[in-house]
Amino acid sequence: MMILSVRDLRVRAGERLILDGVTLDVRAGEVCAIMGPNGSGKSTLTGVLAGRPGLEVISGTATYLGRDLLAMPAEERARQGLFLAFQYPVEIPGVNNVYLLKASLNALRKHRGEPELDAFEFLNLVRAKIRQMQMDESLLNRGVNEGFSGGEKKRNEILQMSLLEPTLALLDETDSGLDIDALKVVADGVNALRSPDRAIVMVTHYQRLLDYVVPDQVHVLAGGRIVRSGGRELALELERRGYDWLREGTAAA
Amino acid sequence: MKSNQQELESLVGRKYRHGFVTDIASDTVPPGLSEDVIRVISTKKGEPAFMLDWRLKAYRRWLKMTAPTWAHVHYPPIDFQGISYYSAPKQRTDGPKSLDEVDPKLLETYDKLGIPLHERARLAGVAVDAVFDSVSVATTFKERLAEAGVVFCSFSEAVQNHPALIERYLGTVVPVSDNFYATLNSAVFTDGSFVYVPKGVRCPMELSTYFRINASKTGQFERTLIIADEGSHVSYLEGCTAPMRDENQLHAAVVELIAQDDAQIKYSTVQNWYPGDENGVGGIYNFVTKRGDCRGRNSKISWTQVETGSAITWKYPSCILRGDGSVGEFYSVALANHYQQADTGTKMIHMGRNTRSTIVSKGISAGHGQNAYRGLVKILPGAEGARNYTQCDSLLMSETCGAHTFPYIEVRNPTAVVEHEASTSKISDDQLFYCLQRGIAAEDAVNMIVNGFCKQVFKELPMEFAVEAQNLLAVSLEGAVG
Repeated sequence: MMILSVRDLRVRAGERLILDGVTLDVRAGEVCAIMGPNGSGKSTLTGVLAGRPGLEVISGTATYLGRDLLAMPAEERARQGLFLAFQYPVEIPGVNNVYLLKASLNALRKHRGEPELDAFEFLNLVRAKIRQMQMDESLLNRGVNEGFSGGEKKRNEILQMSLLEPTLALLDETDSGLDIDALKVVADGVNALRSPDRAIVMVTHYQRLLDYVVPDQVHVLAGGRIVRSGGRELALELERRGYDWLREGTAAA
Repeated sequence: MKSNQQELESLVGRKYRHGFVTDIASDTVPPGLSEDVIRVISTKKGEPAFMLDWRLKAYRRWLKMTAPTWAHVHYPPIDFQGISYYSAPKQRTDGPKSLDEVDPKLLETYDKLGIPLHERARLAGVAVDAVFDSVSVATTFKERLAEAGVVFCSFSEAVQNHPALIERYLGTVVPVSDNFYATLNSAVFTDGSFVYVPKGVRCPMELSTYFRINASKTGQFERTLIIADEGSHVSYLEGCTAPMRDENQLHAAVVELIAQDDAQIKYSTVQNWYPGDENGVGGIYNFVTKRGDCRGRNSKISWTQVETGSAITWKYPSCILRGDGSVGEFYSVALANHYQQADTGTKMIHMGRNTRSTIVSKGISAGHGQNAYRGLVKILPGAEGARNYTQCDSLLMSETCGAHTFPYIEVRNPTAVVEHEASTSKISDDQLFYCLQRGIAAEDAVNMIVNGFCKQVFKELPMEFAVEAQNLLAVSLEGAVG
């Protein structure tokens, strides 16, 4: 089953053209890695799919579960099971982390016509997940990402993801800035989510994460286009050779 | 793609929910102010001579005063002769003896406002004094409070039944000549609440007064006096609403608090006067003088205010920290949306040794709202070891609103420690997008973020009212962000 289908997507931010014709298919059960040098448009791609403001679609389409994704407001995309793990999770001072989590889960449940969880049921659920993420329970009662370390923020994203159980998870450089232990925890969280009816798109600069979460397909984004696609071996090649040879390749083509 | 900005802007314009008018026959004195009008008010209330003298003294003083212009607010001159200074729902001259005798229309009004006066239907543990225009129409739980020795009644009743306390304490915190509006209030005030908590008594329930302006072309001038005797504790809350009208109405109240040795007073306000419409037409001018006197050693006065209503708010609930070791606190959330103007803050006057004060002010500006924090921290020479901590945060929700901070610090004792922190922030597109991406509706997201911003203040409110304050803020912000 096709989960996400992007066709010739061109996107600009302000005056600057960032995505210049991206085409991508992600099927149920797949883990897809998007790699590429800094400034190649990786975060713009996940951003535009999630509905980040300030990005303008010039042409092209994105179809999610057969529906026009780009026509949906951001919260609707989320309620339809699209999740973005942010590269820079934002701080919301004074709002309890657990409160945001509960509001979020219940918004999704409500949308699906399921009963909202009460505080007790929710707490049991979230406590189990937090153990899985090897997070400190005290993070639940702190402000959303307020004073969290870089690693805590990323784990918090994965905690949210495992709680919301998305159909399509977009991970925007979730591995950056993590030490090896945190990376393993994050990878475990992602692997736990892998299932035949879900898809995961991981944006990453480094191959490292792919040692722990083995992708089904790897795409290289450079200059706003996908310049090379392949399997796991492509990621290893990138690690060996860097990105420059691909850039030259684009120029020659 | 619709920007978050637009989305925010569409959020903060929900309508005022308490704007209805109660159709009730009232006894209203014709507009105008003179010694005769003051005599009429005093006579209607059957006051003892000392009260009339006090009023007239204030009036004569007021005639020589001019309205203050230093606040960061703008409004046309007020025609003090165009205001009626007394309006009361018609009732038997001796007043209702119990709730059963209160006009059902009044009970219905308070029901609609969510303030049921029937005691059996009341929130458990909260006694209410209901002030309608110029008079108190009902006070609940009086008997139960009396058993504990607590006096909680309308100001008029207190003048009749406890004249000695009134004569001893009235005007001792806010003197007759204090300021233009306080002096006007002293001349014409019509009712309000009176609380006396005797030595060593912990008031067994929350006390609250609910102020309602109903009649048009009237002003509301109430006076509240709370005395906490040695070692006593009391928590008091006031709420306020008014109908929607195109004219501006004046509300000039005076609140005086007195805390003796080891006494504590917690005074909370949820102010939701009609703020005017989205074009700035109508609304209440809320010009209020509130001051607490920590007269005794180790006494404590804590002000918490949530100011969401009124076209203009001008108030500075203050603490005079006279007793050694006394503590003053001020926690404030002030919202200025549409064309609302707020100039609010506090004064902490440290006189005693080892006095401490805390100020936490959260200003939210939206639409064309203008929000000013104005605060004075004054450490007098005798205030050895005084400490103050001030935190002053502003949240901007549109391109057209304003936030202003006017801190005044005067330190005349070298041992004092005074800290001031200030911040200005916006609800960022990133914060909003983060919430939307988690499936949370924009409106809920804004409420969540604003409530997070106000959390430090809300947690100071009595439990029953913290939720009310959050809801009120949500309503007041609907359609307000940008």
